[in-house]
Amino acid sequence: MSSTLPQTFGGKLIFILQNYGTTFLRGAGVTMAIAVVSTFIGCIIGFLVGIVQTIPTDRSKNPVKWVVLGVVRFILNVYVEVFRGTPMMVQAMFIYYGASMLFNINMSMWTAAFFIVSINTGAYMAETVRGGILSIDNGQTEGAKAIGMTHFQTMVHVVLPQALRNIMPQIGNNLIINIKDTCVLTVIGTVELFYASKSVAGAYYWYFESFTIAMGVYFILTFLCSRLLRLIESKMDGPESYDLATTDTLAHTSGMNRYPGDSDQDAHADKFTASGSM
Amino acid sequence: MADHVLQVQHLGKTFGKNVVLRDIDFTVDTGDVTCIIGASGSGKSTLLRCINLLETPTCGEILHHGVSITDGKFNPSKYRAKVGMVFQSFNLFNNMTVLENCMIGQTKVLGVKKEEARQTAMFYLEKVGMAPYINAKPRQISGGQKQRVAIARALAMQPEVLLFDEPTSALDPQMVGEVLEVMRNLAREGLTMLVVTHEMAFARDVSSHVVFMADGVICEEGAPRQIFENPVHERTRDFLERFRNN
Repeated sequence: MSSTLPQTFGGKLIFILQNYGTTFLRGAGVTMAIAVVSTFIGCIIGFLVGIVQTIPTDRSKNPVKWVVLGVVRFILNVYVEVFRGTPMMVQAMFIYYGASMLFNINMSMWTAAFFIVSINTGAYMAETVRGGILSIDNGQTEGAKAIGMTHFQTMVHVVLPQALRNIMPQIGNNLIINIKDTCVLTVIGTVELFYASKSVAGAYYWYFESFTIAMGVYFILTFLCSRLLRLIESKMDGPESYDLATTDTLAHTSGMNRYPGDSDQDAHADKFTASGSM
Repeated sequence: MADHVLQVQHLGKTFGKNVVLRDIDFTVDTGDVTCIIGASGSGKSTLLRCINLLETPTCGEILHHGVSITDGKFNPSKYRAKVGMVFQSFNLFNNMTVLENCMIGQTKVLGVKKEEARQTAMFYLEKVGMAPYINAKPRQISGGQKQRVAIARALAMQPEVLLFDEPTSALDPQMVGEVLEVMRNLAREGLTMLVVTHEMAFARDVSSHVVFMADGVICEEGAPRQIFENPVHERTRDFLERFRNN
């Protein structure tokens, strides 16, 4: 059998792709599933934490709310600091084995993978969302308050949609980081792209060839995702132009300026009110 | 007493050690067009923001139809729906079209049905001459147009009184014209308005009542003819003199 094995670099690549192509594809699929789902769940966690961090509180007006929020915020801060401050690989070991040792829960590979990556992404996203909310001009909030919106309505309809648009690049960053970082889950036995590459490499001791393919696959995945996210961003911005029903009768853009106090002011004003009366 | 929309009594506001407003007293009745004039930093905008509870007054009281809005348990959202506000910096919602800007308050705050909200919004957008632009986003229209949309958005809530916080200060002279024209028409139609402005011609010709503020107090108030032609107070005379010379 060994006499039929290819000897050149290119030949080995082709041989691996022909015989183990599906292994790589399956690994890439697992990687993408974990990265996409966990980024999504992480974003939701991040939004919830970020929103709680930006609820306005007035100690004198509502002391109970102030205390409760204070406690919740402290817990959330601990969560953010701990999960941002420790490596995901260590977290994976800690949670996976800790769950079975302490609580007798034997997580499946999928549950563990989704849980660890989501909660890690959530910790990063919490700060990103907080930043996104702070980046929205206070005038937007005041405008919403001035027409009688509550804090919750202001958030849902005005601030968060704009914050989401502003943090899209960072969400993209997180997705790409997650695609790459799922490889640390090999320590708990998740068969994703890195694990698959390693097993193929181990079968023939073709490490360089196998990981050349892994490099290519990882790059294709991240590149496609970053382009796709750009596309979504421009969709969110909406069209550059807009439909005009007719011409604007009041904008003096054609050189016919009229200042307050001009003699023909009233004639124009009457025409203007004729369009509808209160 | 019966028809006072707003009564401000002994209102005071301090930011840290800075006293911005002192012992402000005045009344707005239905149909009044009150203009507040005065130098920058005299507390005009702060007064307006206190009336809309965007700032919490430090002392004194504000009564809305005789009910205090400054006591702690009061729900500011319901009150704000009745007292509209137009800002110097427009504050249109950037994530919505012109039409959506004028509908969101009606549907979410007043609970009006979509179709009805749309009709009301269109009615007021036509009134301010912005009906052709319903599909535009705020970033696609000019400052004057934004301010007219902001006025339509406030009107669509059908407020009892509309507060204007220097609505033309961020605009070039052409756009000032188009916004003042809209406001002039609203005044003529009997809308109750409280306007902080540097447009002296507007204050003189349109308002029914003029308040002159200096250093956080009301220096002088009265009918526009009296304030502009026979100001009693030294500071009022100085202020108006400086405006005429410019």
